[in-house]
Amino acid sequence: MKRDHLEQILAAQAQKRPIALATRLADGGQSLYDGATCTGAVALSAEQLAEAHGLLVAGRSASLAASRGAIFLRSYAPPAKLVVIGAVHIAQFLAPMAALAGFEVIVIDPRRAFATEARFPGVTLVTEWPGPALARIGLNDHTAVVTLTHDPKLDDPALCAALQSPVFYIGALGSARTHAKRIERLREHGLAELAPRIHAPVGLDLGGRAAAEIAVSVLAQVIQERYRRAPR
Amino acid sequence: MAEAVTDVLAQVRRWREAGKGVALATVVGTWGSSPCQAGSHLAVSEDSGFMGSVSGGCIEGAVVTEALQVIADGRPRQLEFGVTDEMAWSIGLACGGKVQIYVERVE
Repeated sequence: MKRDHLEQILAAQAQKRPIALATRLADGGQSLYDGATCTGAVALSAEQLAEAHGLLVAGRSASLAASRGAIFLRSYAPPAKLVVIGAVHIAQFLAPMAALAGFEVIVIDPRRAFATEARFPGVTLVTEWPGPALARIGLNDHTAVVTLTHDPKLDDPALCAALQSPVFYIGALGSARTHAKRIERLREHGLAELAPRIHAPVGLDLGGRAAAEIAVSVLAQVIQERYRRAPR
Repeated sequence: MAEAVTDVLAQVRRWREAGKGVALATVVGTWGSSPCQAGSHLAVSEDSGFMGSVSGGCIEGAVVTEALQVIADGRPRQLEFGVTDEMAWSIGLACGGKVQIYVERVE
């Protein structure tokens, strides 16, 4: 691998841009592919480019069938994003766990007493209200949204935004009773029919009650939903 | 979050910046129940440091040995490990899978 290619891959990762390295296995010739153009020693045919594009979008690495296995494409996809509403106790466990699992984590909470660097060292904190914050962050199909505040003023705007977006996961902390009331509030926004997209009570039922255990159950469910939708 | 210590390519850059020779091994094909998916990286430094994984631990030792050769001669090569390998009982994959690995020097 050329040093220049390494630097370009690392730069793309830092900027959350997808990029792939195509390697001709017979002689080690390599090209970079950014989803639009392919530059380097290996020229890809139109058919191979189409296949590479599909792999890069899906974040998958594989030998190109259109090259009969002669060219290997290593995709470096940007990480999936986990947006957490509420800089609460559970979030203090969920944020670092999700980062270790490869997610880009953003914690939103306008209550500055909660959203502090001391409570969330190294975590991206946003102290805007969830509505404008989510509009700015952008919700796409590589994003998961989890609400943890228990406060409708904070949770509801986030859920409304998430329900009207293609995010791959929506979870809301709270009991079944709390969720029933939540659905009634969503009905006022005309979103009750979309409410089945919300995982509530949030997380896989692992039986744990401690904050760290709930964080594991939420992260496990997010990962499960991510791969339920993606080809394995 | 800060750059993860498990970020293989970032480690490759740190090694190169420290003037060390580095090889990068990549899983380019799997068959059966191989634990690492295609694209998995194992980086190896000239002083036998390594980061990442290509098998979950079964063949890392053998790959590191080959990688040191690649660092020395600069010639990329393909390796294949599996139960059909003649050395299977010593460095093969306990899971019964097969894995193809490409090893290249980082210039």
